[in-house]
Amino acid sequence: MPSPFNRREFLKRIALASTICGGAGYLAWAPEEYPFSLKDVTGLRSRPEPRQFTLPDYRVATAPGMMEIGIGRDMTTEGRLTKALEPIGGLSRFVQPGDVVLLKPNVAFDRAPELGATTSPELLEVLIRRLLIDCRAKEVRVTDNPIESPADCFAKTGIKAAVERAGGRVLLPDGNAFRPLSTPDAELIKSWPCFYRPLIGVTKVIGVAPVKDHNLSGASMGIKNWYGLLGGQRNQFHQDIHTIIADLSIMIRPTLTILDGSRILMRNGPTGGDPAYVKPWDVIVAGTDQVAMDGWAFVNLLQRDASTLPHYLFLAEEKGGGKIDPAGRIQESA
Amino acid sequence: MRPFFRLTTVRIVSQLVFLGLFVFGVWATWTTRMQGYPVSRFLEIDPLVALSTLLSTGHIYRYLGWSILLLLLTLLFGRLFCNWICPLGTLHQCAGWLFNVRSGKERQEQNRYRPRQVIKYVTLIIVLIISAFGSVQIGLLDPLALLHRSMVTGLSTGWDWLLGTTSLTQLQLAPGTAERIYTGSLWIGVLFVVIVVINIWYTRFFCRTLCPLGALLGLVAPFSLFRIHRDTDLCTNCDLCLTRCEGACSPETTLRVTECVGCMNCIDDCPENALSFSLPRIVSAPARPTPDLSRRHLVFAGIIGLITFPLLRANGRVNDANYSPLMIRPPGSMAEAEFLKKCIKCGQCMRVCPTNVVQPAGLREGGIEALWTPVLNFNIGHCQQKCSLCSTVCPTGAIREISVTEKLGFGEYRQDGPIRLGTAFINRSRCLPWANEIPCIVCQEVCPIAPKAIQTYDEEVKDTFGHLVLLNKPFIIPDLCTGCGICQKECPVTDQPAAYVTAVGESRSQERRLLLRYRTNPEES
Repeated sequence: MPSPFNRREFLKRIALASTICGGAGYLAWAPEEYPFSLKDVTGLRSRPEPRQFTLPDYRVATAPGMMEIGIGRDMTTEGRLTKALEPIGGLSRFVQPGDVVLLKPNVAFDRAPELGATTSPELLEVLIRRLLIDCRAKEVRVTDNPIESPADCFAKTGIKAAVERAGGRVLLPDGNAFRPLSTPDAELIKSWPCFYRPLIGVTKVIGVAPVKDHNLSGASMGIKNWYGLLGGQRNQFHQDIHTIIADLSIMIRPTLTILDGSRILMRNGPTGGDPAYVKPWDVIVAGTDQVAMDGWAFVNLLQRDASTLPHYLFLAEEKGGGKIDPAGRIQESA
Repeated sequence: MRPFFRLTTVRIVSQLVFLGLFVFGVWATWTTRMQGYPVSRFLEIDPLVALSTLLSTGHIYRYLGWSILLLLLTLLFGRLFCNWICPLGTLHQCAGWLFNVRSGKERQEQNRYRPRQVIKYVTLIIVLIISAFGSVQIGLLDPLALLHRSMVTGLSTGWDWLLGTTSLTQLQLAPGTAERIYTGSLWIGVLFVVIVVINIWYTRFFCRTLCPLGALLGLVAPFSLFRIHRDTDLCTNCDLCLTRCEGACSPETTLRVTECVGCMNCIDDCPENALSFSLPRIVSAPARPTPDLSRRHLVFAGIIGLITFPLLRANGRVNDANYSPLMIRPPGSMAEAEFLKKCIKCGQCMRVCPTNVVQPAGLREGGIEALWTPVLNFNIGHCQQKCSLCSTVCPTGAIREISVTEKLGFGEYRQDGPIRLGTAFINRSRCLPWANEIPCIVCQEVCPIAPKAIQTYDEEVKDTFGHLVLLNKPFIIPDLCTGCGICQKECPVTDQPAAYVTAVGESRSQERRLLLRYRTNPEES
């Protein structure tokens, strides 16, 4: 079959060829700043950009006349939580109706709650009910990045069951949960992978930490608990744990910190392992200055000498994470 | 009478010139010759390299835009590249010409179109899908990458051995060095030999059936201005045009434009002058503009492509949980995931490395996905301080171009520090001073870092024979070590060196770092 070929056809073909080559040429050769340019002179342009994020300040304004730290002692979890919150104005001063609250317990290990290595599920259950019912929070999320299998840690510490009974949501750290967090004032973790997805939409953050012996740093309490928000190669942190914990004290500014003094791990921390190391007690500390709270708990709950306060508390004070001396800011409910 | 001017003559000259340029390029890519200049040009005009790295990274590195030249050539003249330029195509044709000796009738039968020729399009689709997911595997079959890799790691060592016994050492590829070694080159060589030898039975099996670049150009060729035209008025259907048809493109019936490699043999062989390579004609047999790629083929290729990527990745070698301590990449390499989006396994970095430290990876380091990508083997060589040749030859930026200043962390790069390839360690149970009371300390002596990244605990002891010896027991300062590997290379415990480098601490990846912070001398800062 003869194919008609004339000048028009020829020009069309030429136009097609030049359009394809011209388009491809533009994409490949236009300088990088030109629109649609795909050129990559250095090879660095195609490197994925680390999508850093920053955390907002979750604190609420201090009310005049209120204490910063409250201590509650009672036989029941319910009672000691109420008493601890009383001097600082009660839970509803911190959480308003409609808030999305993130609770960060310590679920680091696959251990029974009786071993004192993790936050007690009873406290979480009571706290979540309060947040949802009394404070009318819209949602309560509970998350941690454990050392061992996250699903197991949450299940075997009893925390998953407690959270779900109370109506909260457990969020596990899957591979997509993290993004680099920018903390310009930190010394060693200026940019480090941190929970991102679980924090989307969160308006209030409450740390709920056990009080534990910790062989490297002295003690693991309220500040050290934030270690569990981070991902990445955390095993490097032990090269300078005190600076890291001091960095944690300014990395996140939580709404509230609660120290769970119901099972205090006195020895062999942070894992424990023998119920004999655990001192059952009746205290809860709630407050907004983690540095002072950790200092107080170190002396009064772990019953260590005040002259042996962990070095990180001094570093944290220097960095502005809080003040060690609680005088005039702390009150124990009657 | 044969006409004086024949296209086939021009073609043969073109083939010889480009084959010569390619070989010259390989030869000239050497630190005392043209260093990193000439070789990459071939791979940079390869549109398959540009397209697959565009799919994987979203960008076009450095000179890959030159592949438009080849696109333009194909839009004008069809798949001419395959039979006029491609040095591997030339080798195939040559092998067939020399060894595939048959009668004319048999040859005509052999050069008929075969349905299996569609395989190359399926291959192309599969590798492009994998590329889009982030794993560039075109290099396994791309003719230029394959030929370069085979020449360098498979053939060059034999060539250099042979010439080393003569006085023609200037023709050696790596003159003045110890015998070049390429680990695993047997399999690279076997693949090459198989695809060339197969020409004895199946003419240009690789080009017709496997070549993904040929497939890509074949998809562009139907838009070309020129093609082979058969004047149906003159044609007597004698099939003589098939006798030396390189592409098996059916010139005797409906020309398959996607298969025609423009060898022009059919024009020579036509006794009636019915065939011509020209602009569209009024009197001409119609051509078939598309390959025999059915919807089933597409679905099949799509499914295979989708399955292959997770299979390649499942070994965890790319992520930071299961990376190999041996996966030490050349200086300037991108982080592993980015590296695999770019590396086409062409082997130019292995060719240009003056110390032979850059080696084709086996299955141990990165599995199939990273097969034949460059890794540093410090038993064979070390990474020289004032050298960044591998980064200048890399056509795709898997090893991005760096200067020596950047590599060493001098000048404007002081803030970033040196590029670290890994970190050295001392195996105290194999180290002579540590384990055997024998003074040694070669590793500390050769360490090129200032101040030295290897320091010693010094101890005077009385050895077993009663001699007083000073033992300098080495230890590594990881803050200073750049992982250049000279300590491993020079360690006298040569089989399993007591000083050895592993990948941890490499600066291309944040996740594979070793130290929380690099200690400095307070007096310096």
